[in-house]
Amino acid sequence: MSMINTKDILETIKMIEEEHLDIRTITMGISLRDLASDDINVLADKVYDKITRRAEKLVSTGEQIERELGIPIINKRISVTPIAMIGAVTNANSYVPLAKALDRAASATGVNFVGGFSALVQKGFAKGDEILINSIPEALAETNLVCSSVNVASTKAGVNLDAIGLMGRIIKQTAELTKDNDSMGCSKLVVFANAVDDNPFMAGAFHGIGEPETVINVGVSGPGVVQSAIRRAGDCPINEVAEVIKKTAFKITRMGQLVGAIASERLGVPFGIVDLSLAPTPAIGDSVARILEEVGLEVCGSCGTTAILAMLNDAVKKGGVMASSSVGGLSGAFIPVSEDEGMIAAAASGALTLEKLEAMTAVCSVGIDMVAVPGDTSAEVISGLIADEIAIGVVNSKTTAVRVIPAIGKKVGDMVEFGGLLGSAPIMPIATGSPAKFIHRGGRIPAPIQSLKN
Amino acid sequence: MRAVITVVGKDRTGIIAKISETLYQHGVNIVDISQNVMEDMFAMVMLVNIDKCTVDFTQLADLLDKDGEALGMKIHTMHEDIFDAMHKI
Repeated sequence: MSMINTKDILETIKMIEEEHLDIRTITMGISLRDLASDDINVLADKVYDKITRRAEKLVSTGEQIERELGIPIINKRISVTPIAMIGAVTNANSYVPLAKALDRAASATGVNFVGGFSALVQKGFAKGDEILINSIPEALAETNLVCSSVNVASTKAGVNLDAIGLMGRIIKQTAELTKDNDSMGCSKLVVFANAVDDNPFMAGAFHGIGEPETVINVGVSGPGVVQSAIRRAGDCPINEVAEVIKKTAFKITRMGQLVGAIASERLGVPFGIVDLSLAPTPAIGDSVARILEEVGLEVCGSCGTTAILAMLNDAVKKGGVMASSSVGGLSGAFIPVSEDEGMIAAAASGALTLEKLEAMTAVCSVGIDMVAVPGDTSAEVISGLIADEIAIGVVNSKTTAVRVIPAIGKKVGDMVEFGGLLGSAPIMPIATGSPAKFIHRGGRIPAPIQSLKN
Repeated sequence: MRAVITVVGKDRTGIIAKISETLYQHGVNIVDISQNVMEDMFAMVMLVNIDKCTVDFTQLADLLDKDGEALGMKIHTMHEDIFDAMHKI
């Protein structure tokens, strides 16, 4: 910069100070594939040692960058190789000791979450997969910082209905074991279709099997910045709104690229990807729902919501792609209900229904996310909800996911409070007709045809 | 390496004097200054070279934060890189 451009500089500062612009997460992916022991306690110690060694300087480096660039980096996180693959070498019948090792490693390094208590079972269960899945409720109840995910389907493999049936029961058990905490365990458990290997966001992050030994992935944020830019654009055609979003997404993503590049260099770890995300928080002025309303809805959930979200999601990607040398992760606007002030309000007022949310997930990232339903919802209904959401992802060749909280002891109209970035959520009504016969059939839904697209 | 210092707040005497004194004491060279006073709001952007700065970047930012508190103004000290990244292709 040879000359001072006051307007640009003040714009950046305004974005950070008033519009909640931040880096949502720097996530270090760490491979655990070189660790083995048939004794799970020995393996757990190896897991702890490797993570704490590799991520020793992650938090301090993140804080240093935050200070130098003047941009908040909200989360520093770790993702690891899906633990089902690591656990499979042991003769253990529970992987809870590995979850506890991850939790200790997260505490020791100062990160706020570690993801990867995961299994990939889209086509079936290998040794370790069912052990891991059955360990999830206890693992999430007995740890604080561990996140879990299970990939149950893909466009190429089809849908593992046995796994979906199992996950309905696992989610219920997790809710029961954490019922004193508003069934919070379920907020750290994601069921995926087409899960990605380089996702920096929780709760669904894991270090995929094609990834390097270690990697730095970055997730950006900025719903407030987008909303303000649309407001300033005033009364204009929708194509101009799309242009404004693209330009804003470009700026936000450039910042993510810069932070990722610096972190990668200082940590001596390859830079993976920037996730072109619009990630909300429960704070006022940091909401994706409010962007949709700014474009022209009385309330999020009205007719027109899906169309605006489709435009928003597309414009974010178009703007972001040019701003980064390597884009990946989930990339799109997130619509987690409890983590978005506008979504919470729309759901609480009844304007936003579960059915509308499901439709919205067909055009954005990622799925039925952080939705609370009555605690007496049956495991089969939850499995049915998962199956529907997963079908959308599989047929449309995109990632979809379900993170649902059947809040034990709560009914429609009540609220659950998770606190922090996880926010709070109204209990939403869910269709109670039973899909039990379908779910109990089990087996696999064949992979969908990739032509004749109608 | 260069940094951008921005100062925003109600106009008063001695703003530039106080900040340039801090910069001078720690070996920071001022490359460019731009300032505006609109009504009684003061906004200044300063581009500085910190290659010969005698304290590390975060200490310098802390010292300037203290100057801002003493002046009743908000001071941001940030690396130049972030502005280049966001506003230049």
